[in-house]
Amino acid sequence: MKRNDGRKHDEMRKVEGKVGIIKRADGSAYFRIGDTIAIAAVHGPRELHPKFLQNPERGILRCNYDLMSFSVPERKRPGPSRRSTEISMVTKQSLLPVLDLEQFPNAVVDVFIQIVQANAGTRCAGITAASMALAHAGIPMSDLVSAVAVGKINGDVVIDIDKYEEDTDNATDIPIAITGRSKEITLLQLDGEVSKDELMKGIELAKNGCDKIFEVQRKALIDFIKEKKNE
Amino acid sequence: MNNDYVISLVEKDKRVDGRKLDEYREIKIEHNISKNAEGSAKCIMGDTEVLVGVKMEVGTPYSDRPEEGTIIINVELSPMANPNFELGPPSPQATELARIVDRGIRESKCIDFKKLCIVKGEKVWLLLIDIYVVNDGGNLIDAAVLAALNALKETIFPKLEGDKINYDEHTKEKLKLDKMPVTCTLYKVGGKILVDVDTREEDSIDSRLSVAVNDGKINALQKGGEKSLSSKEIEEMIDIAIKKEKELRKYV
Amino acid sequence: MGKLLVKEKDIVVPGQELANGMDYLPAGGSFRDKENIISSQLGLVSIDNRVIKIIPLTGKYIPKLNDIVIGRIADMGFSGWYVDINCAYEANLMIRDASEFIDRGADLTQFHDFNELIVAKIVQITRFSKIDLSMKGPGLHKIKGGKIIEITPSKVPRIIGKQGSMVNLLKEKTNCQITVGQNGRIWIQGNNSDDELKATEAILKIESESHVDGLTDKMKEFLEGKKK
Repeated sequence: MKRNDGRKHDEMRKVEGKVGIIKRADGSAYFRIGDTIAIAAVHGPRELHPKFLQNPERGILRCNYDLMSFSVPERKRPGPSRRSTEISMVTKQSLLPVLDLEQFPNAVVDVFIQIVQANAGTRCAGITAASMALAHAGIPMSDLVSAVAVGKINGDVVIDIDKYEEDTDNATDIPIAITGRSKEITLLQLDGEVSKDELMKGIELAKNGCDKIFEVQRKALIDFIKEKKNE
Repeated sequence: MNNDYVISLVEKDKRVDGRKLDEYREIKIEHNISKNAEGSAKCIMGDTEVLVGVKMEVGTPYSDRPEEGTIIINVELSPMANPNFELGPPSPQATELARIVDRGIRESKCIDFKKLCIVKGEKVWLLLIDIYVVNDGGNLIDAAVLAALNALKETIFPKLEGDKINYDEHTKEKLKLDKMPVTCTLYKVGGKILVDVDTREEDSIDSRLSVAVNDGKINALQKGGEKSLSSKEIEEMIDIAIKKEKELRKYV
Repeated sequence: MGKLLVKEKDIVVPGQELANGMDYLPAGGSFRDKENIISSQLGLVSIDNRVIKIIPLTGKYIPKLNDIVIGRIADMGFSGWYVDINCAYEANLMIRDASEFIDRGADLTQFHDFNELIVAKIVQITRFSKIDLSMKGPGLHKIKGGKIIEITPSKVPRIIGKQGSMVNLLKEKTNCQITVGQNGRIWIQGNNSDDELKATEAILKIESESHVDGLTDKMKEFLEGKKK
């Protein structure tokens, strides 16, 4: 079974990560999978205004995801869209389970994600980059989170669908985010149609794919520390 | 926090990072940083990083210019770039930056808008130039202009099939720029004139003057800042801008 | 029964397993998850007997009681000043903790004006969001002149050195007064800007080479070399 770019069903596109790309942010990272490029920045923990939004028991997490207007073939007008609002929310929920914000009552951790170039799997790339940025910012985390979209294309369950596959008839798109060590699922969405077995197969594929992405995240974080040492 | 320190150095013709008063930080340009754009580029100036993408759309021309297309410039000061930038519609700072970049390109006539005409009075090409500031390390204006010019330089027309644009297929037709109007922003700090201020120097700025210059001619000016400038200072600033044109031209 | 999976000075990431079994105990930057000790930070492993700690290498300043910090007056109210100390929260300097006696109702700007810099001590913290400073005590003062540089807070111990050995070396070789705030802000004042620049470069060098062995000797050479 051949995919349009020759990949096997369990083969992801080439992945690449880098930490510390935005100097003015407390944490930042870049993640690329195939032709999809995401950058993420973290500001925080910082005092939250207005005061009525503050939580005296723990810090809060705010996420904002958006596409750069020229990242997609048909220009996306700047400003929030329903899609970016929804993705911002599920992104936040994919990261919250691993964050320990109890040390920061009344404060906020702000995460900003921008997609520089889009070729499917953008929310997953954003979550992966955000996780590295949060670690770089020193926010206590019980685990790293990485994400990848699996799908059912032409009847086959495959990992990391690209735009060409996404656009085929009856394609099913399943973005999944998984924690590094405990392999828990923090993001799961689906649109299309699959059987239960196909879904579980997809989740297994995602777990394996995410293992590879963890290695990239780990290396990016460690390389960042080592580079600072060698400056 | 270091205002007094910055000013005490400037009075001795020195700067915090050892640069001369009229010296730019290291500038790097990268082209084609985003495949789905018709043209794109990145400018890194010291720590400042600006990404620009050009998208082309078909629109109706203005009634008083029926055979001309046009440029529409938008600036996003991403909250990523600076903890003080907020989400929301363009701030006055973003709007001013967009209009400064626009003026430099428009008034220098570096793009022949008549060449963007498809059907006179009905259809013209619109160049949508989106400028994203990704890291604010100071002197955003000059970095944004360099990034925008480089993005335009790489812009290729998409395929027009009747009424629809096929973005997946590009033609071989590249956008032609007749001129490259670079912009040099001069800053008055501690009584002296500086170029390319960084974040540490920003709080000590009394005023600034952005000068778009092409071949020794001035195409656009914008004074900013809350203090005034004497005509002698303005003349000095323009002399420096004209002197810097040659150097900045290496990056377009 | 227990197995250590890392060694001293290893760089680890959040979620990384540090040890298996109940023999080891987690301290700062790590936690226990059933039978395992896990890192919660990007940082360096520090093992003391059976206690595993992770020293964060990045991140904002986390204020601690008795820390000396360099703050900036951000605002003021009736009973004192609000001070920016470069962490998630603003600190408070109450009138009663100022270095001199101040009458109630006095004009506070006469004592500490907006954007003024001070060297202060943290005398009380309640769960990070209420931080009280004091200016009473030796070495606490308003800052006049000189320059401020900011470094990553986690590198501050290296700039100070064992019993102040590193910072004393810097002061001696550059002829500058140097006050290191635990919040990553450092005040340098010398007789001329060249000395101040030399001190700045030396501090930034220590920040980037903080884990090199024999750094004190290396810095001695560096500072003596620059004198020529």
